[in-house]
Amino acid sequence: MAAQQHEKYYVPASSPWPIVGAVALGLIAFGAGHTVIESKNQVDGWGTTVLFTGLAILVVMLFGWFRDQINESMSGLYSNQLSASYRQGMSWFIFSEVMFFAAFFGALFYARVIAVEWLGGASNNAMTNEVLWPHFEAMWPLTETPGGTTTQAMGWMGLPLYNTIILIVSSFTCHFAHVGLEKGNRTQLKVWLGITIVLGCIFLYLQGAEYVHAYQDLGLKLDSGVYGNTFYLLTGFHGMHVTLGTLMLIVMFFRVMKGHFTHDNHFAFQATSWYWHFVDVVWVCLFIFVYIL
Amino acid sequence: MSSAAGTMDHHDHDHHHHAPSGITRWLFTTNHKDIGSMYLWFSFIMFLLGGSMALVIRAELFQPGLQLVDPHFFNQMTTVHGLIMVFGAVMPAFTGLANWMVPMMIGAPDMALPRMNNWSFWILPFAFAILLASLFMEGGGPAFGWTFYAPLSTTYSSDSTALFVFSVHIMGISSIMGAINVIVTIMNMRAPGMTYMKMPLFVWTWFITAFLLIAVMPVLAGAVTMVLTDKYFGTSFFDAAGGGDPVMFQHIFWFFGHPEVYIMILPSFGIVSAIIPAFSRKPLFGYASMVYATAAIAGLSFLVWAHHMFTTGMPVAAALFFMYCTMLISVPTGVKVFNWVATMWRGSISFETPMLFALAFVILFTIGGFSGLMLAITPVDFQYHDTYFVVAHFHYVLVSGAIFSIMAAAYYWLPKWTGHMYNETLAKWHFWCSLISVNVLFFPMHFVGLAGMPRRIPDYALQFADINQIVSIGAFAFGLSQLIFLAVVVKCVRGGEKAPAKPWEGATGLEWTVPSPAPYHTFDTPPEVK
Repeated sequence: MAAQQHEKYYVPASSPWPIVGAVALGLIAFGAGHTVIESKNQVDGWGTTVLFTGLAILVVMLFGWFRDQINESMSGLYSNQLSASYRQGMSWFIFSEVMFFAAFFGALFYARVIAVEWLGGASNNAMTNEVLWPHFEAMWPLTETPGGTTTQAMGWMGLPLYNTIILIVSSFTCHFAHVGLEKGNRTQLKVWLGITIVLGCIFLYLQGAEYVHAYQDLGLKLDSGVYGNTFYLLTGFHGMHVTLGTLMLIVMFFRVMKGHFTHDNHFAFQATSWYWHFVDVVWVCLFIFVYIL
Repeated sequence: MSSAAGTMDHHDHDHHHHAPSGITRWLFTTNHKDIGSMYLWFSFIMFLLGGSMALVIRAELFQPGLQLVDPHFFNQMTTVHGLIMVFGAVMPAFTGLANWMVPMMIGAPDMALPRMNNWSFWILPFAFAILLASLFMEGGGPAFGWTFYAPLSTTYSSDSTALFVFSVHIMGISSIMGAINVIVTIMNMRAPGMTYMKMPLFVWTWFITAFLLIAVMPVLAGAVTMVLTDKYFGTSFFDAAGGGDPVMFQHIFWFFGHPEVYIMILPSFGIVSAIIPAFSRKPLFGYASMVYATAAIAGLSFLVWAHHMFTTGMPVAAALFFMYCTMLISVPTGVKVFNWVATMWRGSISFETPMLFALAFVILFTIGGFSGLMLAITPVDFQYHDTYFVVAHFHYVLVSGAIFSIMAAAYYWLPKWTGHMYNETLAKWHFWCSLISVNVLFFPMHFVGLAGMPRRIPDYALQFADINQIVSIGAFAFGLSQLIFLAVVVKCVRGGEKAPAKPWEGATGLEWTVPSPAPYHTFDTPPEVK
């Protein structure tokens, strides 16, 4: 293991940023909770103010924390062992993200294979259907709920297909940028990284356009029963991850322009690239299970 | 504690070698010992707070009828008691122990990601402040049980549910970051020669626990998110009218929840596996089988979640699958209990307080395991489900299991942490008071449960009155006994007989090779492990 490669350990100096980050998360949680409650009760309150204060502090924290990290890294303080710790930490973080999406995919599969079918009388649930909603017929996409909400299904042709192609291509362009960095070819790095960012932005724009189409033309809304629920939560959380990934790529772009990263020392770039491939894989699963099947 | 750098003969080291002082030390620290201490104190405060809520419950249940609190407040007490004990007391205590002990046990200077470590800790006070603040909101705090089943948490919950949701979100962020830190520390920071199969079992059990945490805390985040959108944004994940299913909530929750209960017991196995060999003056019997048993328990924990839901009307085939998988867990658990007993066999045992707690753990946890086996059997679970029998079962594994092991760990390592021996007489008082009262508290619950007394109800039928009075007396006795523990710890931190580097004759491991109290940075260069 990496432990054998050096003889002295590196322990980072104390830092104010963790406690600032904890304050930020506390304010975000408290503010978000009150925002949600106030909007449900349709009253004005200070929830949003607290929420945005928390978010602002979080942004300051991220700038400060990463600035310190980058300065320490650029001054050569970090050991190979620390670098390995970062890589492993990022891998486990991505694994936790996979499990977060797994919860929503699980809900999708359960709703589709069990909940809706049983409401339609499948398995030994004939009486469930008979007693609760005798006119309900199981179907997927669930365009008419037992309660009577109707909607139209989102097809996979058109925007979703274009978006799939865009994200898959962006995974390759991200990889080409990484190869450029490893070969020391800065021009290749900048060009492909720039293209990746543009593709990410196009994806987000099209995803927004698709939501408008869904709401205005199809009547497919967040509250359109479990089909709309799973559709919006899965694509919505994915979209938030793409947004974050794009922001990370933009930060990487600026760092590359400033001349950061070498062929053997570019953890931040590598982590961003892993993250980008991860959101891509999630999208492919989404495209298959939410749109096509 | 001050640095004992003089005892370390390693290289010259610059700045942060001496502990800084003042409040900023605790706010800005990157030191695993400081953070470990904060985790442990936080968890102890939460333990007393959650315990006082339990005492509100037991005071109300002292007599049949409604006398002290109204039912809605009673429900809030059962809910917040559970949430605080699970997420605020047991889990942070284990994380605190991991922070203190894992780097020392594997010969590392600190945790792998020390700043993130501090962030993980400091999120917790904010998360619990938010949770507790929600109790004072109009309509009250969470009152749907710590399992927050839909539709109790969606259709029928109070306005403050959003605060519960976001507080669980940030607790989850804290746990995931803590777990990533532990797992990366173990994978990457082991001293040369510290191979996986030489790691102390506490490190092994935490390694597997950290994996479980990273795997299931995000699923909990998903579950609370769906509760949030169902309640506030018109989704119907858990509403059949929209094509969802309230039972789906239980599937998602328990997919998190069952690994979660092992998260709260696997580190205990590691602690007991350190203490029993030390006081039996024999190496642990069957080290490798202990490792494999832990991994097997963790693997099986993903396949048993629906045993919490036998009465929801699942298909018979599914009920049988979950029943058999659950019963299968008793095999690796049996391996562990066998190995602990075999370790003691023909050992020269002495009965200091850590050993007493460890022994009580083995016996009482096994009782909890047996009642778990009874609950695993689908047809009989129809009788036990949601009765006090269940309450008795999980308190045997969590209080006389997890909490007792944490007490054992505290006594075992207090000399290493503080540099002083604790007061053995007072500690023995703590042990015997706890041991007797915990059984007075929880054992009779089996009987009222079997007789049909439901859990989470503030009133009960007259025939349960006698046993409930005994239980409530046990509860207050157990609660008061913990104040002895507080006294022992405070006395030990403030002074006492000087502790040698290795106060326990039979103890093994790297943590005993450094002075007591352990230097601020234990190892600057990796120790040699043979």
